[in-house]
Amino acid sequence: MDITLWHNVFFFLMAGVACGTALAVVLAGNVVRMAFYLITSLAAVAGLFFLAGAQFLGAMQLMVYVGGTLVLLAFGVMLTARGPLSSMRTGGGQWVLAALLGGSLLAVLLQTVVQVGGPGGEAASTLAAAEETQSPTTAQLGLGLLGVRSQPPGQALARPAPPPAPGYLLVFEIISVHLLVVLVGAAYLARAKWRRPERLVIHHPPLAASQQLTTDN
Amino acid sequence: MQSGGFYDALPAMNLLSQPIGPAHYLVVGAILFTCGVVAMTVKRNAIGVLMGIELVLNGANLNFVAFGSPGLAGGPHSLGLDGQWIAMFVIVLAAAEAAVALAIALCFYRNFATVDVDRGEELHG
Repeated sequence: MDITLWHNVFFFLMAGVACGTALAVVLAGNVVRMAFYLITSLAAVAGLFFLAGAQFLGAMQLMVYVGGTLVLLAFGVMLTARGPLSSMRTGGGQWVLAALLGGSLLAVLLQTVVQVGGPGGEAASTLAAAEETQSPTTAQLGLGLLGVRSQPPGQALARPAPPPAPGYLLVFEIISVHLLVVLVGAAYLARAKWRRPERLVIHHPPLAASQQLTTDN
Repeated sequence: MQSGGFYDALPAMNLLSQPIGPAHYLVVGAILFTCGVVAMTVKRNAIGVLMGIELVLNGANLNFVAFGSPGLAGGPHSLGLDGQWIAMFVIVLAAAEAAVALAIALCFYRNFATVDVDRGEELHG
């Protein structure tokens, strides 16, 4: 009973932080503040993953998103936000339209959630027992990525079960190659351009100044 | 479960009186998704649009994890570990997408000296 109470407390804490900071991302005008709110929201979502029993996924969310993607975003902000362009204002009419769109979309989604999700009464009452008997799922996740899907220990000793569903080896390979191609492509896109000689002069102000001095003389 | 007129009018509020189930996670995911969509439509900064996309992907991930959670949606309808695998792939794809989108934003900034998406009208017919 105590476990479920603390589960409730932490769930509402994390959910409130995640939703509030997600709303702040929408409402903030400064890009740097938006990045900070996004970090907070993603970290709260990682906490929700931990609460739902997906420990490895929560750690991965913290490492990849908060540690990797947001650093990338911060570098993007620093490399592109210069001068007054860092806070580009949106018109009032667009805000009204966006609020209408967002409100109606949220209403539809919540209606669907109430119909689909259903009450968690019976499932949540077994939550404490499930958390006690639940082992970390990291090993099973890694085995599944290698194409071996381990069976639940209760069914392993039973009579020959139907062959287990295949793992995710092919998807893992595709994702790996995709990530490699994407990184090479991103490095190719963001590389420093080869500059023509006349732009080289613009790029080196001391050289240009000395040349101007010599031409003036 | 109490069901008054207020709860009948707002069925989503009914969740507050129930123990934590998958529906609660779905509500949080729906709010994140909506915030991401609104951020994508409202922001004029390309990096702001990118942050909206990240929010949308996180809302979807939260749904996958909630459906696959052993303690929440137990029983024959649970996704099991498949939900976590799919969420993992979504995270990897989101990281790849962020890298490419930031490279494109840098390229755009180098060519136009701004990241305002309203200025990218070179391809207008």
